[in-house]
Amino acid sequence: MISIEGLSKRYGDLTVVDDVSFEVESRTIAVVVGTSGSGKSTLLRMINRLVEPSAGRVLIDGQDVAAEPPHLLRRRIGYAIQGHGLFPHRTVAQNIATVPRLLGWPEQRIGARVAELLELLQLDPGAFAGKYPHQLSGGQQQRVGVARALAGDPKVLLMDEPFGALDPIIRAKAQDELLAIQRRLGITVVLVTHDMDEAFKLGARVAVMSQGRLLQFDRPATLLTRPEDPFVARMTGISDRALKLLSLTSARDAAVADDGPGLGDAPQVAATASLREVLSELVWRGATRATVVDERGQACGSLAIADILAHGRAR
Amino acid sequence: MSRTIGAVLRVAVLAALVAFLAAPARFAPLFAPLAPPGAPAIYDQGDLASLAAAHLAIVCCAALASTVVAVGLALFVTRGAGVQFLPLSRALVNFGQTFPPVAVLAIAVPLVGFGEKPTLIALFAYGLLPIFENTLAGIRACPPALLEAASGMGMNGRQRLLGVELPLAMPLILEGVQLSLAVNVGTATIGSTVAAKGLGEVIIAGLLSNNDAFILQGGLATGLMAVLLHEAVALLRRRIR
Ligand SMILES: Nc1ncnc2c1ncn2[C@@H]1O[C@H](COP(=O)(O)OP(=O)(O)OP(=O)(O)O)[C@@H](O)[C@H]1O
Ligand SMILES: [Mg+2]
Repeated sequence: MISIEGLSKRYGDLTVVDDVSFEVESRTIAVVVGTSGSGKSTLLRMINRLVEPSAGRVLIDGQDVAAEPPHLLRRRIGYAIQGHGLFPHRTVAQNIATVPRLLGWPEQRIGARVAELLELLQLDPGAFAGKYPHQLSGGQQQRVGVARALAGDPKVLLMDEPFGALDPIIRAKAQDELLAIQRRLGITVVLVTHDMDEAFKLGARVAVMSQGRLLQFDRPATLLTRPEDPFVARMTGISDRALKLLSLTSARDAAVADDGPGLGDAPQVAATASLREVLSELVWRGATRATVVDERGQACGSLAIADILAHGRAR
Repeated sequence: MSRTIGAVLRVAVLAALVAFLAAPARFAPLFAPLAPPGAPAIYDQGDLASLAAAHLAIVCCAALASTVVAVGLALFVTRGAGVQFLPLSRALVNFGQTFPPVAVLAIAVPLVGFGEKPTLIALFAYGLLPIFENTLAGIRACPPALLEAASGMGMNGRQRLLGVELPLAMPLILEGVQLSLAVNVGTATIGSTVAAKGLGEVIIAGLLSNNDAFILQGGLATGLMAVLLHEAVALLRRRIR
């Protein structure tokens, strides 16, 4: 668990982060979202002490980060930034090996770890290990950046707009990959973005910041249904909030058990699809009910359009 | 294609210089038209090869010293408490370049005596500026995101310097060394006025005895040496990138 307690940062008269407190549960993703200059990066950097707080403290699993020399602390915390920050004079493998080297791992273990991470991020080790960053596409560079951040086997991963430079399709893919990796490794992630959709997609909890202050820290659905500040409502978007709410629930979670046959010609939707996608499909097909099928193609329930609409209603 | 031509040219220049220094007498017919009647066409007051070796040694020693000091100074003024010394360092290094090497010799001789020492001092001071400025530029050109990533992963100051900043600045640093070397091969000829062994001796002998053949020999050997040193560092630069 990461506990952020009364954290502030002042530069002269300017208060950049103002008395921010929240807790990130272990093995979850927390997203910090806000407009440009709201202090997101500064907040993130105080967790690994790239910035020293003016007041307050950060605890990781109960231990104050200030108790450890910064460079040793940082080797235990993954850090990935926008534009990846890969070392241009080092190969992909050497880049990924940075933290294991600093940790003094034996050569053999480093090699195995690099190969493992390349596989994890779906980069063929044979083809990519010896390449230099400039020989990769933006999406590949970004994946190497994530692999490098994960190399030291950190429990905590900090990410500052890691997908900011990617086009929408690659970006969505990278987000899916991050979710899968986070679940698989069971790491705790704090991610900064100014994209609300990204925040809703990735965050178990989302912290909304404005002018250095934390306005609300909640589940995405709560931010939509019970915003505590007009700014939060504006950030989350009022015009399509019902649809946003639908996009937070998967078909699997909303499906109701079938009450017998008779759905033969209903359109099929994937269990992993969001209710927003299911609704779109139903509108498109002119149908009122969909069959939800799991990864193996087995029907696992159905969804009527009325059930879907109920999920999008203000609570 | 152009690379092969370059390589062939380099080898040709090297071969020409080595052939000339190894057996200068063989080239006498080439230089004879420039020598006054009855005077020797090839420098005969010393061994050209050993003069060239001494010349090269003094230039390389000075460049080594300039590199160590200029790079060290540039690193010092780009981090921590050293930043406040940047204007002072810059002024000193600039002074070293603008102060004429001949004047350095005049001041140094009473202090350290005749011979190699005053020449070394003059060349050392003269060669600082390009290395210092290039190192500074190279270090400053490191993208901030890279330095942040390096720190964020837990590199300490020394690891960041050796692992990121210096390697990234290396091409520019070498360019500075290249410049400093090339300039100092020529400048080193003035060392002969204070009795340092070197190719300047040949040129001065030519001036004293009105023997254009000597002047040309000294000049050519110096010029070829400058070209070769330049190419040697260029080769090194291509190696690392
Ligand atoms: N070292 C510093 N000295 C002075 N002011 C700073 C410093 N670092 C950041 N700031 C200021 O603090 C404010 C917050 O910066 P920060 O980088 O945390 O914002 P951000 O939310 O990450 O913005 P963005 O979305 O643009 O990245 C900005 O107004 C910035 O100018
Ligand atoms: Mg930022």
